[in-house]
Amino acid sequence: MATMVTSTRPPAIKKGSGPGLPGPGPNGNGSKRDAFREPDSRGNRYRIGMWLGLASIAMMFVSLSSAYIVRSGNQRDWFPLAMPRVLFLSTALILISSVTLETARRRLRASLHNAYAKFLLLTALLGIGFLVSQLFAWRQLAAQGVYLASHPHSSFFYLLTGAHAVHLIGGLLVLSLLLFRSRRKLAEPIAIAKQQATADAVTIYWHFMDGLWIYLFLLLFLWR
Amino acid sequence: MGRVLAVIIWIITLLSVLLFVSGKWWFPAAISEHAPALDRQFMITIVVVGLAFTAAQVGLGWMVWKYRDTGKAGDRAIYSHGSNRLEVLWTVITAVIFITLAVMGQSVWANLRLNDAPAGSYQVEVVAQQFQWNFHYAGKDNKFGKTEPRLIDDSALNFVGLDSSDPASADDAVTAALVIPVNRPVELRLRSKDVIHNFWVPQLRFKQDLVPGMEIKVHFTANKVGKYELACAELCGQLHFKMKSYMLVLPEEEIQALTGLGQEQFQARMTELLAKYPLPTY
Amino acid sequence: MSVETHEGVHRHPAPTGFIRKYIFSIDHKVIGIQYILLALAAVLVGMLMSLLMRLNLSWPGSKWKILEILFPTGAPGGVMNPEFYLSLVTMHGTIMVFFVLTTAPQGGFGNYFLPIQIGAEDMAFPYLNMLSFWVTFVGFIVILLAIFVEGNQGIGEWFSALGPSFAGGSGTVGPIGGWTGYAPLSALGKVAGPGQGAGMNLWVISIAIFCVGSLLGALNFITTLLNMRTKGMSLMRMPLTCWAWFTTAVLALLSFPVLLGAGILLLLDRIAGTSFFIPGGLYVSGLLSGSNPNFPLHTGGSPILWQHLFWFFGHPEVYIAILPGMGATSHILATFARKPVFGYRAMVFAIFAIGLLGFFVWGHHMFMSGMSPYSAIAFSVLTLSIGVPSAVKTFNWIGTLWGARIRFTTAMLFALGFVSLFVAGGITGLVLGQSSLDLPMHDTYFVTAHFHLVMGVASIFGMFAALYFWFPKMFGRFMSEKIGRIHFWLTFVGVYTIFIPFHTMGIVGMPRRYASFGEYEFLKSLDGLVMLASVAAIITISAQILFYFNVFWSMFKGKRVDSDNPWEATTLEWTTATPPPHDNFAGVLPTVYHGPYEFAVPGAPRDYVMQTDVDTEVPSGNGHNGHKH
Repeated sequence: MATMVTSTRPPAIKKGSGPGLPGPGPNGNGSKRDAFREPDSRGNRYRIGMWLGLASIAMMFVSLSSAYIVRSGNQRDWFPLAMPRVLFLSTALILISSVTLETARRRLRASLHNAYAKFLLLTALLGIGFLVSQLFAWRQLAAQGVYLASHPHSSFFYLLTGAHAVHLIGGLLVLSLLLFRSRRKLAEPIAIAKQQATADAVTIYWHFMDGLWIYLFLLLFLWR
Repeated sequence: MGRVLAVIIWIITLLSVLLFVSGKWWFPAAISEHAPALDRQFMITIVVVGLAFTAAQVGLGWMVWKYRDTGKAGDRAIYSHGSNRLEVLWTVITAVIFITLAVMGQSVWANLRLNDAPAGSYQVEVVAQQFQWNFHYAGKDNKFGKTEPRLIDDSALNFVGLDSSDPASADDAVTAALVIPVNRPVELRLRSKDVIHNFWVPQLRFKQDLVPGMEIKVHFTANKVGKYELACAELCGQLHFKMKSYMLVLPEEEIQALTGLGQEQFQARMTELLAKYPLPTY
Repeated sequence: MSVETHEGVHRHPAPTGFIRKYIFSIDHKVIGIQYILLALAAVLVGMLMSLLMRLNLSWPGSKWKILEILFPTGAPGGVMNPEFYLSLVTMHGTIMVFFVLTTAPQGGFGNYFLPIQIGAEDMAFPYLNMLSFWVTFVGFIVILLAIFVEGNQGIGEWFSALGPSFAGGSGTVGPIGGWTGYAPLSALGKVAGPGQGAGMNLWVISIAIFCVGSLLGALNFITTLLNMRTKGMSLMRMPLTCWAWFTTAVLALLSFPVLLGAGILLLLDRIAGTSFFIPGGLYVSGLLSGSNPNFPLHTGGSPILWQHLFWFFGHPEVYIAILPGMGATSHILATFARKPVFGYRAMVFAIFAIGLLGFFVWGHHMFMSGMSPYSAIAFSVLTLSIGVPSAVKTFNWIGTLWGARIRFTTAMLFALGFVSLFVAGGITGLVLGQSSLDLPMHDTYFVTAHFHLVMGVASIFGMFAALYFWFPKMFGRFMSEKIGRIHFWLTFVGVYTIFIPFHTMGIVGMPRRYASFGEYEFLKSLDGLVMLASVAAIITISAQILFYFNVFWSMFKGKRVDSDNPWEATTLEWTTATPPPHDNFAGVLPTVYHGPYEFAVPGAPRDYVMQTDVDTEVPSGNGHNGHKH
């Protein structure tokens, strides 16, 4: 049958190394720096995964931004849009929603579950409010006869705000899930850690969406 | 097995090198001023490529020939994790060779592309479309007649949208073949009506995309009279392979004679010249 | 508490039922096999297409009965028309680059073996892993759909109801645009010719879907590698396969989103009338822009913008295609040379350098595009610099073989073949990377020779090597070594015979993407070489039947392994059961004491020391794992 070559005996402890660690052995590896990370790495995992996901979302908006900048260089058919004023409301709403979600996250960390749920709900409502205000802006432009294909600036306006909105809707769906789950009383430390780690990761995502909005807002109406 | 592999690798290497050095399949004879420098750079590069290719394959073959496992008990490989000194050495040598090649190669490019066509160049407007070439000549007044996209009408044979109300267009000619003078710089103004095409004459050692929405100016000097095939070198649709034309390099007198003629006569004279000059032998 | 397991933090129970075990599985091993099977299906489609291409080029005007039956519009009377040929070119490239070279090496073998090689129970996000496979699968279905939507009149007409840019039934087997889909040809819609309708829309959509699947996978790989290495598995003790998968994932994470953005812009140009890539004043097929509902008004777009965005993705993509093969080659060479990898640390740095530099050289695909000639100079010099780390890797592979005791298993043969082919293909990059030399070489078969040798052959050899190597661990049986050897020889000699002549074809001036070469006198001397390549292609493609047979027959009837470590290798996958249990290590995660390639250690009882061998001392010094010399 299979030859077992895995040894599961704990290694002999060498002087100068932490307990249970191999080395600093002849290979030079196994020093404290390479120390094994603790088992409760779920929080780390979710956070790393989220930052990586945000890196890729950022790259997509970078590519669209560079297309925007290149396209704006063609002065002959570049007609900058007048900014729909309701976008100031959008900005305010999303900024406040970041605050409320951050508050929710901290309430959860302090084990204040009711407050957590309340602030989650508030964030979701603000998020919906943001989307409604975006819709207003779109309708305002449509009423002026400015659509997706009208001219390059409007194309980018619809595209960039639309892409942002799609990602925000994704965030909202996850928020709803968190809200739905916030009712449950969790006892096991693992489940509690998982809930916190999820809330942390979603908050990072939401703050990113906030920052992304600010960036797009400035790009569309300062770089023209 | 190791020996067989080594031999096969070496045979493949030999045959590959022979294929290149046989000279049977090589560039056609060049006809442009920048070609000798370009061909020289190509030769230097391909020699480096050939040497590196051969050395690596010979080395690989040598290793698999010599270091095969003989199955002797207790016979082990050399325990080596590498050599930092070697790493530095071969990195530096490779970098020097590659960067030198890169820098050497820029002079041909710079001469050709970084400066404008010299004054007195013979100018031709090239307008590509699916699936033909249109060459617009300025005529005796040396001024190109105005062209407008909305005036284009393929069915009426106004392929480039020449504005007949513009006096400068009276002596212009638009044909399907390119005629240029020998030993005089030529400036091509490249445009496209629909999609990306690419102007290419192998003997010229010269290519350039024609991009719709842009006018791209390039220049070169042809130094051998004759007729040469012109092909499209950027996928432009289903008849991309048939988008063929000719480039006629003519003595200065012929060019002067052509320049005076109007559209019909230019066309007729050009047809005669196309029949008169043969293609190069291959 | 036992530090050996991540008890409760990560463990998910073993699945029951056929669907959860084999279809919608969150087990990275099953998902890895699913990716490999997808690639095997895709490469079959891609190879059949290339076979048809060679038949058309060498026997033009021939009547092929099967084509007459299947594609009566595109091959009337069984004779392929030019648009049919060009759609084969496009689909061949697209399917091979995305659904073969960007699935099996990373999503296939990477998924299966990364967690095991670092001593983890599964990927960081198992559900996301399952999602990324199925998203990729949907992308594959969409691109296959393009074959029917364009190839079949009935389906094409039905599709046309979706909108003007969805006109199908042109008789081609997909879009015409090359796998690079340059605008404005790809953006104009059916006014620009056959194959520009539904096929092109489906192409863009398929690629967009593929981008999403790839991104999700990349995220998983990076998180897993950073977060879930077992005790003692420091970064510099990881097998080179892991370094390769890691760097590939970073490249994918940062480059695929750019393609996604470009694809969205292209799709909007096609269906929403925007002008991102379409300039004004166009006159296409007798129609002026804006004069006709078939050709709406466009102004001011930039075709070169598409190229910049596409190649910003496209260049890292080719490194995504080759890096896992490089990692597997290093791994397999060391194992069967019975020697450590020569210059492990240099190899890691070379992988980084290739990955990093890969982001700065995309302009070398655009020397002739009309972009600034100054930027061409910068791109040219950077491009030749990227040859340096590739050369370093080659030297180190040869160094690994020096003083070795080589065992010529089929896996080893393919790994050696990888080195040979990678050199052959990569070295011509010195020619193509110089902007001046690109003047004669751009868009000729010289380019085709270069990228086929590196991507279409070397990369595939990496996958062959990986499959022959890891097959026993995955299925508990060996692939037939006898058939494997025949497969190797036929394929190795075959691919060289096909692609070396392509170089001289390109030098003479054979252009890419030509449905026929009969129009030009200067190409007449090439008939012999073209025929040679075609015959070699037919033989080589046929030889792959042996491979397919070997894979599927051996899964059920191959010789059973008699140990968990039949190759006497050193890394973690060979310490666990065959095939590995659901959580990879039966509840007891390994502890790592040594680097990944401790072969021929002086004084050790055997000529290999596994990473988990606690009892064996490995001498220090002599540049171990890249530490000071």
